[in-house]
Amino acid sequence: MRYAGPILLALLGSLNLGAQWGGELRFCLRSEPKSFHPALADSDAPETIRYLTGGVLLRVNRINQQLEPELATSWKIENGGKAVVFHLRQGVSFSDGTPFTADDVAYTMQVLLDPNLHSPTGDTFQSGEGAVQAVVRGKYEVAIVFPQPVAGVLRLFDQVAVMSRTSPLKERAVLGPFRIAEHKPGSYILLARNPNYWKTEGGKRLPYLDAVRLEIQPNRELELLRFRRGQVHLISSLDPDQFEQLAGEDRASVKDAGPALDAEMIWFNLSDSAPIEAYRKAWFRSRNFRLAVSHAIRRDDLCRVIYRGHAQPGVGPVSPANLFWFNPHLKPHAFDLDAARKLLAADGFRSEGGSLRDREGHAVEFSLVTSAGNRARERIAAMVQQDLAGLGIKLNIVTLDFPSLIERIGKSFQYEACLLGTVNVDLDPNGQMNVWLSSSANHQWNPNQKQPATPWEAEIDRFMRLQASTIDAHRRKALFDRVQQLAWDEAPFVYLVHRNALVAVARSVRNAEPSVLRPQVLWNVDRLWIEPSK
Amino acid sequence: MRRVAVSLLLLVTLMLALANWVAPFPYARQFRDAPDAPPSRHFLLGTDALGRDRLSRMLYGARISLLLAPGAALVSGGLALAVGLLAGCLGRRVERAVTVAADLCLSLPWLFALLAIRAVLPLNASATASALSTFGLLGLLGWAGPCRIILVAVKRHLGSDFVLLARASGCSAGRLAAVHLIPNLLPLARAQFLVTVPAFLLAEANLGLLGLGIPEPVPSWGGMLRELENLPGAVAHPWICAPALLLMIVISSFHLLVSADKDRV
Repeated sequence: MRYAGPILLALLGSLNLGAQWGGELRFCLRSEPKSFHPALADSDAPETIRYLTGGVLLRVNRINQQLEPELATSWKIENGGKAVVFHLRQGVSFSDGTPFTADDVAYTMQVLLDPNLHSPTGDTFQSGEGAVQAVVRGKYEVAIVFPQPVAGVLRLFDQVAVMSRTSPLKERAVLGPFRIAEHKPGSYILLARNPNYWKTEGGKRLPYLDAVRLEIQPNRELELLRFRRGQVHLISSLDPDQFEQLAGEDRASVKDAGPALDAEMIWFNLSDSAPIEAYRKAWFRSRNFRLAVSHAIRRDDLCRVIYRGHAQPGVGPVSPANLFWFNPHLKPHAFDLDAARKLLAADGFRSEGGSLRDREGHAVEFSLVTSAGNRARERIAAMVQQDLAGLGIKLNIVTLDFPSLIERIGKSFQYEACLLGTVNVDLDPNGQMNVWLSSSANHQWNPNQKQPATPWEAEIDRFMRLQASTIDAHRRKALFDRVQQLAWDEAPFVYLVHRNALVAVARSVRNAEPSVLRPQVLWNVDRLWIEPSK
Repeated sequence: MRRVAVSLLLLVTLMLALANWVAPFPYARQFRDAPDAPPSRHFLLGTDALGRDRLSRMLYGARISLLLAPGAALVSGGLALAVGLLAGCLGRRVERAVTVAADLCLSLPWLFALLAIRAVLPLNASATASALSTFGLLGLLGWAGPCRIILVAVKRHLGSDFVLLARASGCSAGRLAAVHLIPNLLPLARAQFLVTVPAFLLAEANLGLLGLGIPEPVPSWGGMLRELENLPGAVAHPWICAPALLLMIVISSFHLLVSADKDRV
């Protein structure tokens, strides 16, 4: 009998008994969405609205990262990966009562792929020459046909909010848990529950909540203040200082969901057209030099001091949070000054009076540009500066306003090394094609190459292209593991940390199970409920 | 009031001059096992987020600002005096040109101008060179306000009896400026200097708050004031307000000196 209480509570929890219907969830968006059109979502704010209002064929479960059926009850890949056939859920209606059929899916794909719309979501489907087509095979069966096999295409449907072909409300008719009810520009967006949402709980239509109010609030300190006052229920992407403050006040209101997909890293400018002295270019092109720099950095200190322990040492292009694609054989480059000195000595560097000098006697000194105003990055730069001083390298930190920084790293190439972060929203390596292909404009260390400048970049190009045209997921994984290994061996990016996903959720919000993937707390918004204050 | 202000400034200057001996640690040294430490016997004002001794950073940072801000104020004051004198003495066309140039300079969103100029500076400049360039730019851009005031004073003096007498006695333009005008303009230039120094101190602090001031690891007032962005943190850890308090004392002292000068006049 002593276990009866806890067992009963666990049962109640699993059945979600005691859940309250109604209430309004409130949180802040940090910018105003430029558009509510689901095909035009291109940043965090419109993507959040799309997630809350849009119905999708398949959804990536934000906890186990597996695909789950939503508006498609089943799917099948045909014709060697050139077609995906979806069988659709029957008896589903849009928020205005218009019935949902295969025509709506075909119409949505047609809109997404309209070249005049310039849809960021549609662009991800365009993998090469030829048109993508949606073929209606029945009222509840539709095939999406690609000109050539596309790997990892199913996950893209997580971003495709189905629009109605026939509804007079156009894209305002939705299949997700909420619909847009009111928008006061610069102030708030009010979402009301979709009365026709297809998911149910105990015979009643979800969501539990009546409304979601998204307040436009770019100021993080004000957002925190409002959370403290109980005016908003949750904050996503807290910074470590805010997290620790809130944890000091109420440990139960914050959660560290573990390492996110994002990474902070340093890279050296290897561009041929960079206006840098030849001897400095020679340092940066040396694999040994880049690895020595990597080995001289105390990543554990970065995680502990700057992120208050809420970060993991950086390993490579894929964070350990990416359960399938992360290469578990790779470990972060260890802090090892002796190893770093040996690597440098192999390239003719020597220490002289506490200063590192190259073969020709030049003192090793270079500048590191980063974005001004980003406290974490400025602190990382200061710690790396001290770490590199241990090798006798003088690092000059330059903080620039963001437009100037982008101008330097993307156009004029007037920089030597850069510290920035990547924001990864896609689990699939195809989302990183633009970074790894040597011909890409986003191949940061040496963009727009006509031919790969080095054999290892040619290898990366080959593996990335091969994995993109391979359908078998495990074969793709093996190929992308090779890319991760090459990135680890050659260190074109010196990965520093993967910061953790930190969130704050008011105690009154129930069923919250924050994920490292966006939208963090909101991923199961249809099952969140608010306990009324007593 | 004047005595109080002078005493305070002397005290602060003495403390900063002795920073090498008074500061317990080098300003850049990171005690990574003690980030954000509260005041203790080792760290009298605690440590910052990277474990650097706050007292040492405050002393060195304030010293840099208090050395360079008056330097920049001398540059802008000297420019203002020279341009104001020339504009007053060389006729209406030059005066108009200078007035238009000063108006244009004053209407510049100078924070953005500073950012733009700073963005094109060489990247491998040392932190000291960067600090010098920041205050140098402030000095070069800050001439317009004092210049307009000096120009008005020059014109007033040019119409006065002692200048008429000097001219009637055959005094050359150079001698007129050197012997009669400049000595009479000096009290005004001094007042402008006292007003400009705190303005430059605050300008550097503003740039530092935006993360665009003097680069790491050199400390600056602006950089240290960034800790106050987090208000609840400042309430819970009041010792992080020490740099702000010192800045207030210094700026108030300069303003007191200006007020005392006014009262004497």
